[in-house]
Order: sequence, then structure tokens, then C-alpha cells
Amino acid sequence: MNAPIPAAALTDPTVEPAPDAMLTVRIRRGDGFQAFTVARRSAQTILDVVTEIQREQDPTLAYRFACRVGMCGSCAMMVNGRPRWTCRTRVAAVAEEDGLTLEPLRNLPVVKDLAVDMEPFFEKWTAAHGAFEPGDAPPEDFAVVAPDSPERRAVDAGIECINCGVCYAACDVVAWNPDYLGPAALNRAWTLVNDVRDQGQAARLKAVSGDAGCQSCHTHMSCTEHCPKALAPTFAIAGLKRATARSALKRFGSRHFRRSA
Amino acid sequence: MSPLLYVAQRGTAVILAVAVAVHLGTILYAVRGGLTAGEILGRTQGNLAFLVFYGVFVVAAAIHAPIGLRSILREWTSWRGRSLDGAMLGVAALLLVLGLRAALAVYVA
Repeated sequence: MNAPIPAAALTDPTVEPAPDAMLTVRIRRGDGFQAFTVARRSAQTILDVVTEIQREQDPTLAYRFACRVGMCGSCAMMVNGRPRWTCRTRVAAVAEEDGLTLEPLRNLPVVKDLAVDMEPFFEKWTAAHGAFEPGDAPPEDFAVVAPDSPERRAVDAGIECINCGVCYAACDVVAWNPDYLGPAALNRAWTLVNDVRDQGQAARLKAVSGDAGCQSCHTHMSCTEHCPKALAPTFAIAGLKRATARSALKRFGSRHFRRSA
Repeated sequence: MSPLLYVAQRGTAVILAVAVAVHLGTILYAVRGGLTAGEILGRTQGNLAFLVFYGVFVVAAAIHAPIGLRSILREWTSWRGRSLDGAMLGVAALLLVLGLRAALAVYVA
């Protein structure tokens, strides 16, 4: 039987676990859960726990990771029902009384156990025109961008995305409408909308509009709440709503009121 | 929804916020003193300001509600495409006709 974890250790990451403390970890595997017991260790992360289970107890357990330092965005999964980057999440900060429940990221097809197929996520990144469009003659498009200009600041606010998929898993609109582009792709589009060098703005604004686009966001702010890099995709999406509305009104005006001009 | 529908819904929301507040305030004020239906109709009859206010209210509601209903139906059911858009145009027309008919009836009563 597991030794109980001291209550303080559940919330305070600085508290050292007792030497004999154990942790019950329930991991979703296919349709059901499999329980494992792992020793509590100092400064232990969720990724440490999964790696220990795979190396010491069940080598068939599938999960994904690469850098282990919060840069690559590979290791996200659902921890006690919330999407988190597991390499930077300490057990002591998130374990509940009976331990941990680990599941694959929500809103994405499962490959096996804790590994999901990220392809739909990146397809939407492409669909939202998430790549820089340099135009036909890039050297002639050269622009001096002042670091403190409002556009550059808006880009800075969203540029550190690591494509971990946490926001995508947290988003209820993605769960209701599988076509919805999702917070990460829209956040990326917003950084490019604010790039004065980019030559593909009209097509991008069209791509992020409509029933799969920014107008479908309910402003629940789950993406902003869960983003491990503390980005705010909700505000990026609000910016896209303004930009697409301005562009549509301009098009509407020139079509209906300036025909003779 | 398209950006134009989005603008239309947000724009009519601003109108409705004011119109609903005025509408509810007027109801509370009117019934407080124990006005009869006849006395209320006596005040609304031939009152052009009343007709314009409720005309704008009805038009805003007829634009606003079907756009929101369309989003809800798309999220909670599998209904998509032209049949959904057509049905929502029908809802808009229904709200417009019933609302304007009611406002006009009270104006000319």
C-alpha cells in the first residue's frame, strides 16, 4: 500500500517528499486505464514519472518527448484533466490526493497510449496561412521595423509559441467544431498580420475568417489560461476579429459605394 | 460566420443593449402606477417616436438572433450548408414580420 503523501507536498513544489512516499499513476491506454506505482522523488516532473514507468515497469508504454527543457513542445498531455507541458510540470504542484491521472492530449487522434497524432494541428497551422509570404522580390520588400512599434509589440506578444498543442487541447470550440482552426494557428496568423514585410495579408485574413476561423471563438480564454509560455491567443484572436472586420467592411464599401470611382 | 455577419451581430448587439434597457425600464415605469392596457394604447397610438424606437428594436433583433442561432445550431447539431442559412433567413423574416406587425398594430390601434 502506498504511503500517504504529506498534504503540503501536494501544492508546494519546494517541499521534499518523504523517503518512502509513493505515487499512484493512472495512465489511459486505449479504452481503459492502467495503474502504476512510482516512488516520489525530489523535484520530480510528470515526464520523469512517465519515463520511469516506461523504463522500469512497462517498456510498451508510448509517449513523446524530446528536449526535456520546455523548448520543443513535444511532451504535452492531459494531467488530472488539464493539458500541461509535462517536462516543466512538477508532480508536487499538480498531484491530487490519490496521485496522477495521465491521458493523451484532448481534441487530437490518439496514436497509442499518451502519444497523439499532431497532423491535424499542423494542417490548421498551414490552413491559417501560418507561413511568412515574402512576395515576388523579397529584397525590394525590405522594411525597417521599429522594436517599439505597436505592430512589432503585437508580434512579440505571440511569437514564443512552441507548438505544444496545449491550447488546442484546452479549447472547447475545437471540441465542438473540429474544423475550427484553433488558438495556436490563429495566434500564429496574428503575428504575421502584424508583420509589415508580409505580402500575403488579404489571403491570410480570408483564411482565418468564417465558420472555422476567428469569428467562432467564444472568448472562454482556456487557451490563455493553459498556455505554458504565458501567451494570450485569446487577444490574438480578438485582434484577428478586428482586422478581418475592417478588411471586410472596406471590401463591402468599395463594392457597394464607390462603384463610380 | 463571415466577418460581415460578425460585424452585423456585434453592431445590433449594441443597439439591443440600449433598446432592451429602455424597453424594460418603460414597462416597469408604466405598470408601477397601475396603467390599464387601454391607457397604454392611448399613449402609444399615433406616437411616431414609439414606432421608430420599436421599428429599430425589431430590425436589430431580426438581424441579431438568427446569426447567433446559426452558430449555436452549427455547434450543437450537424446541420450545415445552404438549408441552415435559408432556415435562418426564414427566422429573420419571421421575427421581422411579427415584430413590425406588433409595433404597427400598437401604433395604429
